[in-house]
Amino acid sequence: MDIIVCVKKVPDTREAELIITKDGKDIEKGELVCDINEWDRYAVEEAIRLKEELGGSVTAVAVTPDEDEDLLRKCLAMGADRAIMVKDESFRGSDAHVIATALHHIIKDLPFDLVFTGVQAEDDGYAQVGGILAGFLKVPHATLVTQIEVLERKVQVHRELEEALMEVVELDMPAVCTIQTGINEPRYVSIMGIRKAAKKEMKTLNTSDLGLTEEELGDSASKVKIKGLSLPPSGKGAEILKGSTGEIATKVASILKSKGVLA
Amino acid sequence: MDFELTTEQQDIQRAAREFANGTFDKDLAMELEHHHRFPREIKKEAAKLGFIGIHFPEEYGGQAYGNLENCLIAEEFCRRDSGIGLALSFCCFGSGIILRYGRDDQKKRYVLPLTQGDAICSGAFTEPDHGSDINLLFTTAVKEGKEYIVNGNKIFITNIQEADFAVVLCQTNPEAISPRQGQSTIIVESNRKGFESSFLDKMGWKMSVTGMLSLNEVRVPQENLVGEEGQGFYQAVGYFNEIRVEIGATGIGIAQGSFDRALDYAKKREQFGSRIGDFQIIRHKLAEMATRIEAARLLTHKAAWELDKGIANRKLISMSKWYSARTAVEVADEAIEILGGHGYVLENEVERFYRDARALEIVEGTREIHKNAIARALVGKG
Repeated sequence: MDIIVCVKKVPDTREAELIITKDGKDIEKGELVCDINEWDRYAVEEAIRLKEELGGSVTAVAVTPDEDEDLLRKCLAMGADRAIMVKDESFRGSDAHVIATALHHIIKDLPFDLVFTGVQAEDDGYAQVGGILAGFLKVPHATLVTQIEVLERKVQVHRELEEALMEVVELDMPAVCTIQTGINEPRYVSIMGIRKAAKKEMKTLNTSDLGLTEEELGDSASKVKIKGLSLPPSGKGAEILKGSTGEIATKVASILKSKGVLA
Repeated sequence: MDFELTTEQQDIQRAAREFANGTFDKDLAMELEHHHRFPREIKKEAAKLGFIGIHFPEEYGGQAYGNLENCLIAEEFCRRDSGIGLALSFCCFGSGIILRYGRDDQKKRYVLPLTQGDAICSGAFTEPDHGSDINLLFTTAVKEGKEYIVNGNKIFITNIQEADFAVVLCQTNPEAISPRQGQSTIIVESNRKGFESSFLDKMGWKMSVTGMLSLNEVRVPQENLVGEEGQGFYQAVGYFNEIRVEIGATGIGIAQGSFDRALDYAKKREQFGSRIGDFQIIRHKLAEMATRIEAARLLTHKAAWELDKGIANRKLISMSKWYSARTAVEVADEAIEILGGHGYVLENEVERFYRDARALEIVEGTREIHKNAIARALVGKG
């Protein structure tokens, strides 16, 4: 079972004060801590679990404008066998189509049974790379995957739909799956893993190694262009409750009661 | 000169941070603190991931890294939670003497369960009448047949009520020309007859259950001697170099953790129509706290780095120990001040960080003792 996992590094914006860049198309990332995209973390874990169960290999792949070796070292420390990073400044501002094009150029020459991506990325949330990549690779794909069972040359997956409705589908392998959070419990990186990672293969390529031309890259090649980003206006109607946890809980309960939500 | 951590060290630091952030739950910490319980489950998990004894050799369950990597872990653990961090950082206290001076069979028997299982241990040096001054000990070990008979009392012994064994510094030859030349370290298992511990409630560091150890006619085989007779004092002094640097690292972690909480609060808390972090007095407090932490970190990382190069620079180690411990206390104190009333209540953690930090200025040499050591290196024996 050879599995390729596509990973991306994203800024952690949960507690951060977001500032829009001068050109209005991005957020200032200088002070933000960046780490593996949450969905991708589950995808890496799932790939490693399947490898541990069935044998084979896991290759982590990243396409990035930045120095993201630490992202791939983390995948290796978790248990991936090798990593490939394609780093090029021109990936800045690329849309999902460009990223999937680059991933396709890497993956098409590798042996694989399954390709995993996260369902979506925490930063731009497009949820498109997996689907477009499957199109390029001409293989079937399933999104929102919460369970995987490998059968003879087929894979049976559970897809999480709205209202907790579960769909079970069967795909011929090779296939692409976009992995949903909660499919497993990702492991912590161990010190043993870090030691092993230091000896594993990490390949850094550039776009010309992949035979990609400038026309296929970056902002100019992107079919979806960012026009601007904005922070939500501070609206009326929102009431920020203050006080201790107990006081807040009491207030919430009384509001819910007054609105008829609670009896 | 290169001030940057290697990529491997950065990965270790990040792994420790993620583990601590994911498993050191605040409510659990408060519960453990309240009941004076050692975080056994977390220790087991940390051991499984290689965090416990990362600087021990591989054959004894370690990961063959150095003191600096161990310090990075102590720092991250204490940053997230001072209580769990301290408990985990010193759950193997004393075992370093076995690792440095013991036989292979002793290392396998006593050290492996610490790094791979859920064992914890104690180092028993201090006595009711001998704190900073351990020249002549009242705890004695007398040979009889194939055994030592150990008698005496030890005090302020970290982990003692839960330890599987203690490394005990004893006077084996009270008539040695210099009393310290008559001291030896002996491993005493806690299930031996005459091994009794009692509980000492204390200001902080509550998840490590500290107490008195009373050894009453305890018989241990002579093979429990670590290294040679008469070397105990010197073994302890050598080992303390390592421990003092680690204490510095826990101090930086506690200071950083207090700072993180204070900074977060200063950015969110509004008074008189603006964030308190916009008031110059709070800004200067934060600037001073951050500066002290950075200075303590540089001292401690350098001390650890030198240890890993085989240099035992007593002056630098003492500087790093007292300054980091002092920084932890001062920064935690200022964090309480910034949080005001919220800083004084238990659920906001900084009061606990402060209480835990205060111990660091006392254990392994008070700040006065360390200033004496620095002064001795600067101006000679006074």
